[in-house]
Amino acid sequence: MNAVLFLIILFLTFLVFLLPKTYKYSFALFLLSGAVVLSSVWSVKMLSGILSVSEIMIRLPVSKHSLVLTIDPLSAFFIIVVNITVLIGFLYARGYLKPYYPNKNSVDFSIHYFSYLWLYLSMIMVVMIRDGLSFLIVWEIMALSSFLLVIFDAEVRSVLKTGVNYLIQMHIGMFFILIAFLIVDKATGQMSFNSLELYFSNHSGFLLFMLFFIGFGIKAGFVPMHTWLPQAHPAAPSHVSGVMSGVMIKIGIYGILRVLVSVQSDLLLIGIVILVISLISGVLGVMMAIVQHNLKRLLAYHSIENIGIIGIGIGLGVIGLATDNTALSLLGFSGGLLHVLNHSLFKSLLFFNAGSVYHATHTQNIEHLGGLMKKMPYTALLFLIGSLAICGLPPFNGFISEYLIYIGMFKSLSVANLYQSILVLGTITGLSLIGGLAIFCFTKAFGIVFLGEPRSENAALAREVSKGMIYPQLFTVAFIVLIGIASVLFVKPVFAIIAQAFKLSDIAALTYPAIKNLSQISILCGVFVVTVILLLVYRNFHLKTKPVSYGPTWGCGYTAVTSKQQYTATSYAYNYNHLAKPILQTKKIMKDIREDEIFPGERTFESHSDDIFRRIFIDKPVDWISGLLKKIAIMQTGQIQHYILYAFVFMLLVFILTFFNLI
Amino acid sequence: MIGLVLIIAAAFFFPGLILRTKSIASGRKGPGIFQPIKDIVLLMKKGSVFSETTGLIFKIAPVVTLSGILCSILVIPFANQNALVSFEGDFIFFSYLLAFTKFFAIIAALDTGSSFEGMGANREAFFSMLVEPAFIILLATFAMITGYTSFSDIFSHFYIIGDPYVLIYSIMGFYVLIQIAMIENSRLPVDDPKTHLELTMIHEVMILDNSGFDKALIHIGSYLKFAIYGALIYNVIVPAGWNLFLQILLFLAVQGIFAILVGLIESFRARNKMNLNPKFILSISAMAWLSFIIVLILTDKLI
Repeated sequence: MNAVLFLIILFLTFLVFLLPKTYKYSFALFLLSGAVVLSSVWSVKMLSGILSVSEIMIRLPVSKHSLVLTIDPLSAFFIIVVNITVLIGFLYARGYLKPYYPNKNSVDFSIHYFSYLWLYLSMIMVVMIRDGLSFLIVWEIMALSSFLLVIFDAEVRSVLKTGVNYLIQMHIGMFFILIAFLIVDKATGQMSFNSLELYFSNHSGFLLFMLFFIGFGIKAGFVPMHTWLPQAHPAAPSHVSGVMSGVMIKIGIYGILRVLVSVQSDLLLIGIVILVISLISGVLGVMMAIVQHNLKRLLAYHSIENIGIIGIGIGLGVIGLATDNTALSLLGFSGGLLHVLNHSLFKSLLFFNAGSVYHATHTQNIEHLGGLMKKMPYTALLFLIGSLAICGLPPFNGFISEYLIYIGMFKSLSVANLYQSILVLGTITGLSLIGGLAIFCFTKAFGIVFLGEPRSENAALAREVSKGMIYPQLFTVAFIVLIGIASVLFVKPVFAIIAQAFKLSDIAALTYPAIKNLSQISILCGVFVVTVILLLVYRNFHLKTKPVSYGPTWGCGYTAVTSKQQYTATSYAYNYNHLAKPILQTKKIMKDIREDEIFPGERTFESHSDDIFRRIFIDKPVDWISGLLKKIAIMQTGQIQHYILYAFVFMLLVFILTFFNLI
Repeated sequence: MIGLVLIIAAAFFFPGLILRTKSIASGRKGPGIFQPIKDIVLLMKKGSVFSETTGLIFKIAPVVTLSGILCSILVIPFANQNALVSFEGDFIFFSYLLAFTKFFAIIAALDTGSSFEGMGANREAFFSMLVEPAFIILLATFAMITGYTSFSDIFSHFYIIGDPYVLIYSIMGFYVLIQIAMIENSRLPVDDPKTHLELTMIHEVMILDNSGFDKALIHIGSYLKFAIYGALIYNVIVPAGWNLFLQILLFLAVQGIFAILVGLIESFRARNKMNLNPKFILSISAMAWLSFIIVLILTDKLI
């Protein structure tokens, strides 16, 4: 019954093309909510233990192949994560897409909605499919549909170019996964996640895992495989970047977890590799985020940081498995998994509000914004909540997942040997540095964009976006606060999922103290919130009895203050830039003033910060290949005689080689 | 509960003691010990002037900051008594809650749209970002020594695990904590609260536009923060098992000495050049790492 319903939804999606322009959205929303409800029911049933590992058979009429969808707790968790953000994103999209209605034709919208639906459907199918071939097909659908979503603004040439870049990188990732599956197929005769267990039981795990890790890591955006991310997210419409950054990159994490479940050997090595790469991703992601001026690119780099935090959790979990430290495994994996949910919530929230800012001011450049809190109070508040949550500050959700990871590390310190303790302390240092850098970054982002005085005409004329764009985000906020305050409700199921997936035994002994700690945190958060409210009430009451007046900001005696004199994003990052120079390689382009220039003329100043990984891993190889191709291109003379000659030479070559039995 | 009361009591005389020490050291007559408290009362009585540029953030930030600091006191233990709220990893909560208050202080400064306050906000964000790891590394080191992961458990087991090197640990902790306290409270050698020029300030320049009630709250917060770090330092250097009455006396004495020490440092030392500050602050994290390595050696994990 369920399966039939699901299949009907799959086929109904094609109807989007046939409907008139104005009905497309409602129809797509109808289908989307249908699928969301259906898959949520499966997942909730799964997680609450009504179903044991359940199999939903869907037979596709096209081939002999039947598509088997399997839900276990891990997939159920990811389905719920996907469902929340995708639905809210689509509700938000209604308002966001409105300005595009006059310019875009009906087909553009059909493609957009159709791709959005299929991105969603492919994401939930990816986490339910175990068979390798079907997995790769659906994985491909996911890449293609997200590509179509990214190039919604394809009239802008750079958007199309970014989209193609994205598509190519996704395929490189897919090749790695394909090769990994082929190896499994060769060894076990079956191409499926289920046969991984068999493969790993008699082969060394490291190499195959690394193939999967690179393949899934490109999707997830681990450094140095992240280069598509900061380009694709700013190019895409905001609801799409929210969904891509919030949930699509997490599908890469899902893949890594799905493979890890079966790995049996080389666990320590794998754990250390994941941990080190994640630490680098986390620190470099946020370091590069700070110097960005494009609000959405800044958020994109933060996704890399958060993927790093998730990876740190997973890496610690694997190290825990390798050293039989169940506490570290449980807390590390759970912290990572909970951070998947948390990040999907606050990152999508931040992207939606960055979209609202773009909607209102038509710019993403931080330097041109400012003072938006007065014009767009709701957007500002939502962005503030997102910023606090992403910095991992209590009483919001980001703190809970980081806390779990931290506490896992602290507990393991006293039992760890020399190398482990150095590794763990290095991770602790890295994680706390990431926290500090994130605060630096988001005080900058929030402060420069929403506070102070407007820095441009566009910002000064900004108006709050429609209610339809605000309301859906309140659900996200509700989840963010709920996870922060009532963390126990969410951590308990996550523990159960991890214990089931990684076959951890006797977690009851570990669950109880964790629950106790988390409820103490809830109490403290409650006390904090109540103190703030009481003090605010008292402040209000107190100020009523005192004279309150308003005036200009104190300018140290200078009275002709303009908005240009405010601190900008560049000046805010200046001292940081100085310290991080060796890593960021910021370039300054300027002419010095010569000594004999008594009246210096006009001067310009520019500074650029490059992504060195993009230079090394993408630009250089591409330059090399295109240089090589150019050299070969001298054969392309455009004269028909030459081409006939080539064919003749080729045949001659084949003849000679066959004659000497070489081929 | 005693801890909470004691910290608040210490906060009462702490800033006055610093001022008094400084005035004696510089040969001035100086104000009385309770002058800072009188200032707060005065500020409370005054009205407020707000900048037209500022909005909601600027108004709620002082309240949020003070509430955060008050709540962070709850996890600080005293003597062998557990803190009011104690759980595994409470120092992470402590550190992140203080970061929360800083977040608000920084964006409140940016809310005024002033270049000076933007500069102060930037420096505060930058320096507190750099000091963040030092505290966590130090506590991780303590967690490794004792095998416990909450303030209360760490400090109550610090002296009874029977390690002969405990004195070394406490000296390390004392040194690193005092440095962190100086930075967190925006004191010398990183920041000079008595400087005259806005360009050379950090914390003071962030609150240029605060007045009246809000400014009083900010001052209360910074006094409390001093006492909190004093309490942490006390916990590191005095064994938790001693007689409670003696502990109370000792606590007040340690806070007093800490205040006098701060006053003396401020009298005889100049502020760092601003662009040397990052190096100075990073050296504290390096010290914390060093103490971690010392612990590795002393617990026979290394060599």
